Amino acid sequence: MSDAMTALATVTLLPPQGMVTLRADLGDAAVRAAIEAATGHAVPDTRSITGTGEAGLGWMSPDELMVFTGREAAPALAGSLAEALAGQHHLALDVSDARAVFLVEGPGVREVIAKLCPVDMAPGAFGPGELRRTRLAQIAAAFWMESETRLRLVCFRSVARYAEDVLTNAARPGTAVGLF
Amino acid sequence: MSTRLARGGRRIDRSKRVEFTFNGKRLTGYQGDTLASALLANDQMLVGRSFKYHRPRGVVASGPEEPNALVALGDGARMEPNQRVTTTELFDGLSARSQNHWPSLEFDIGGLNNHVARFLPAGFYYKTFIHPRPFWKHVFEPVIRQSAGLGPAPKDRDPDTYEQVYAFADLVVIGGGVAGLHAARVAGAAGLRVLVLEQTAHWGGRSPVDGGTIDGQPVQDWIDATLQVLEGMENVTLRTRCMAAGIYDHGYMIGYERLTDHAPAPGMPRHRLWKIRAAQVLSATGAIERGLSFPGNDLPGVMLAGALRDYVVEYGVSAGDRTVVVTNNDDGYRTALALKEAGLVVPAVLDARPEATGALPEAARAQGIRVETGRAIVKVMGGKRVTGIGVGLQAGEGSILEEIACDAVAMSGGWSPVVHFWSHTGGKLVWDEAQALFRPDPARAPVGADGLPNQAVGGAANGALTLGAVMTDSHNAISEVLRRLGKSVSDPAPAGDAPAEAPLHPVWVMPQGAGSKLKSKMWLDYQNDVKVSDVQLAAREGYESVEHTKRYTTLGMATDQGKLSNINGLAVLSDALGAPIPQVGTTTFRPPFTPISMGAIAGEARGDIFQPLRRTPMHAWHEAHGAYFEPVGHWRRPYCYPQGGESHAQAVHREVTATRTSLGLLDASTLGKIVVKGPDAGRFLDMLYTNMMSTLPVGRCRYGLMCSENGFLMDDGVVARIDEDTWLCHTTTGGADRVHAHMEDWLQCEWWDWKVYTANLTEHYAQVAIVGPNARKLLEKLGGMDVSKEALGFMDWADGTLAGIPARVFRISFSGELSYEVAVPASRGLEFWEACHAAGADFGATAYGTEALHVMRAEKGFIMIGDETDGTVIPQDLGLGWAISKKKADYLGKRAQERVHMTDPTRWQLVGLETLDPNERLPDGAYAKASGTNANGQGNTQGRVTSSYMSPTLGRAIAMGLVLNGPSRMGEVLEFPTVDGRVLSARIVDPVFYDKAGEKQNV
Repeated sequence: MSDAMTALATVTLLPPQGMVTLRADLGDAAVRAAIEAATGHAVPDTRSITGTGEAGLGWMSPDELMVFTGREAAPALAGSLAEALAGQHHLALDVSDARAVFLVEGPGVREVIAKLCPVDMAPGAFGPGELRRTRLAQIAAAFWMESETRLRLVCFRSVARYAEDVLTNAARPGTAVGLF
Repeated sequence: MSTRLARGGRRIDRSKRVEFTFNGKRLTGYQGDTLASALLANDQMLVGRSFKYHRPRGVVASGPEEPNALVALGDGARMEPNQRVTTTELFDGLSARSQNHWPSLEFDIGGLNNHVARFLPAGFYYKTFIHPRPFWKHVFEPVIRQSAGLGPAPKDRDPDTYEQVYAFADLVVIGGGVAGLHAARVAGAAGLRVLVLEQTAHWGGRSPVDGGTIDGQPVQDWIDATLQVLEGMENVTLRTRCMAAGIYDHGYMIGYERLTDHAPAPGMPRHRLWKIRAAQVLSATGAIERGLSFPGNDLPGVMLAGALRDYVVEYGVSAGDRTVVVTNNDDGYRTALALKEAGLVVPAVLDARPEATGALPEAARAQGIRVETGRAIVKVMGGKRVTGIGVGLQAGEGSILEEIACDAVAMSGGWSPVVHFWSHTGGKLVWDEAQALFRPDPARAPVGADGLPNQAVGGAANGALTLGAVMTDSHNAISEVLRRLGKSVSDPAPAGDAPAEAPLHPVWVMPQGAGSKLKSKMWLDYQNDVKVSDVQLAAREGYESVEHTKRYTTLGMATDQGKLSNINGLAVLSDALGAPIPQVGTTTFRPPFTPISMGAIAGEARGDIFQPLRRTPMHAWHEAHGAYFEPVGHWRRPYCYPQGGESHAQAVHREVTATRTSLGLLDASTLGKIVVKGPDAGRFLDMLYTNMMSTLPVGRCRYGLMCSENGFLMDDGVVARIDEDTWLCHTTTGGADRVHAHMEDWLQCEWWDWKVYTANLTEHYAQVAIVGPNARKLLEKLGGMDVSKEALGFMDWADGTLAGIPARVFRISFSGELSYEVAVPASRGLEFWEACHAAGADFGATAYGTEALHVMRAEKGFIMIGDETDGTVIPQDLGLGWAISKKKADYLGKRAQERVHMTDPTRWQLVGLETLDPNERLPDGAYAKASGTNANGQGNTQGRVTSSYMSPTLGRAIAMGLVLNGPSRMGEVLEFPTVDGRVLSARIVDPVFYDKAGEKQNV
């Protein structure tokens, strides 16, 4: 998978990403239609993501989505979502600055995550299109795979350095587990 | 002498010499050696001293069951005590030292204990050191501590790194012997995700040493072929040097992989802890040989028969030229045959059974080996190693019929299945009378989350001890596992073939009629020096439970956890009690199987990543400006910013004064910020807070108290009404996550039909408190919105722009000064903070830390969650009755606050305290003395200090405290004894020390 000299994956802090937290009754057809109209993305199934981490919808909980959009567009999108959902019980807020986003990239990306998160990272058990909210060592995190070798990970801003440090540490050259 | 034989040794590569040291002595071995085999090859039979009597100890076993041969491995920061030489792979530069002796291994003064052994029976400590009572603490315990413990604890920081990994499998096979390999192959062929954990560096277990054929192939050939198949299976993961350490609930397992112990590679992880979820576990862990309890069985040179054979066959090492084999079963003869084949002398096989006519004894006889049945070892000659033995009758009392000179004794008392993993999660055992062993009871298996069995046991671990039985049993076990997982078995059961073995004859004491003198020389637990006589004494003293006996005698409590001694010990106990073995039972095996490193448990959590450290957007600025940080939850907040050699107290003094007289700036980003929105949000907040939040006008702020269901004050903060159905709740720094969870708990579990959504926006905003008489001037200078008294009155908030940055400004004060808290997007927090400093330079803008914040709030008599509250304090104790709505029908904590104890007028109440000496600060937590003593003879108290500071503003010490009837005792003087024996006097005063009228904040 990787030799003793190269890291299992590289870890890159991405520039600010627009994010809108959206809470509403996702089982309601009108709500779904309004969300899809406002964002252009299908409401994702449980533990999955539609679109991308730059423009898409991530499933957070049974009544919560994360809307990904441009950083500058986020406040306006929060507003238009609120407008689209007027009359429906909902909450739509720009939370772009609450989190940090990392790109973890390399052939060992599954193993880097498997060292830190209690998630079955085996191909077949987890892959592109799916999203997990889980624990990354000692902090909360969410991630999804963009391809077999690219993964995007989100954590709270205040612990961004910790996330970067543990990810980089887990990706140290020569520490491949050989699981996947 | 123990030595390296001229030939043999399947594991070693004689072309690769390896240098190592033992107690500083330079020795050589071969690649493939364990430290044990290399020591024996160098005639280093004596490797340590026992725990209690400091008896000389040599290698007994060849695997993880080794009780004796523990060494301190490595030097300096890498020194690790109590490492088993039998499981330590030799590498170039290995350095080992023996333990528990002084001044040297050869001459040990602690060995004097040996000569007073009869005065140190079981329970000696319990019996002896009881009286006089004070002696325990001051005399006995320090002395015992001095002499206790085997290896020294390392003192330096561990330079190595460790890591962990999460793994998932349909089936985890524990043990890579022939039973485990077969099971893995069957499961792999069935398409299951299989993980095989083998603790050693080799596959196949001990079968290649013991011989026989599987499906007509020599065992090793079969192992090689099976491994090749397994390695070709994508769905099978094979790990050597990876020990299953424990099984827990619902198929959760811990594996312990030793990555670089055998080949140190600094910078690489040393150990890796596997956290595994397994749908099913198959335990193919084999069996451990038992010793025999004959007098002198602890002398170096007395070894397990299987181990002796391992050293000859695997490593080409003999424990001595002449080895007497003593056994109660046929398997022991394999050792005699192996020694003979290696060209060594076996003067006799002493078989405790009345007759021995099985295939193996006959083979031994055919080799010309003298076989004596009905015989026992009744004496072992030698000091630091065996020089000979005395032969007697097993049925007798110990008379010596004959002496035989020898260098080693191979003993075999039968085999005990390794049932540890079955026991870890509650599987029960049955006593197999015919084989004299405990094996897993299939009717009482460990169960998973669904209540169905989630573990099976195959091979020797299940009591199937001969090769044929091992393979059949393994096949049955994996068939059962596959059935549970809805798969069918395609492979046939392999046929194992090895000589048939006659039943063993249980021998728990040798000779059977030994008197107490001999029994006091029969060791059960080598490491902890527990002898047959100790267990029998415990039984005589009334210890009937095996668990109690274990603790009383320390049997099985050493680092080997009684792998050799448990069964022998409980059999002796059973005999002494006259109760059958199954009735006495065993102690329970608990994880880990063998000790695992603390480093592996900690994993990556060390140094910079020991714990997540939360940093605000301005953290780097604080660091650059010399902040002295204090932990607040996982945050690091500046406590103060010492400048130019200031002490912390001086810095706080400067920060408070600057803020009170001109302008202070505080990074308040850590404050919790939770948005609560929905048609029922007002109703929800009315329940959450003690006061009314639903009536708060849009654009206004209100201070609120939050109580637990039991009425105790749990958090406080300012709530702002954002719009018709949206509120923003500020919480304490430490309370943000807890309060958010508290809200969701009530919304999800109790008021699930209320239409309320919450979102924790704490990290989305950076927040800056702009405090002091010049606060407004600064905002005006930053520009962008109207912050005049008229536009933004006290307890108003407004959205706008400051210094070109979108801002939400709350006009609230936690200091009593004119004060604004400004929230900006976190990504612009530093920019805003720096803009405040730049624009505020004219006003001497001063960054202040948490201590100045505390001082200023205390000067104003504001409470602090965690200082004035401790989980037992209600708002009414703190004079906060004004913040409790009398109109509301209910709020969380309301009914609790009506309980008798909560309305008790003698509850201590918040007051201010002024020491009579203004320069003398009351210690935090100090108690106010009352007259008389309580039921325990302790002095009565009538209050305690909750906060205490030197106030730069007032130029004196101030404090707050809870005092009996405090508010009605203004002016009274209380006495506070301090830990250094002085008594400080303080007067009860109003808790608001500064600007009682609140004029400063209202300008």
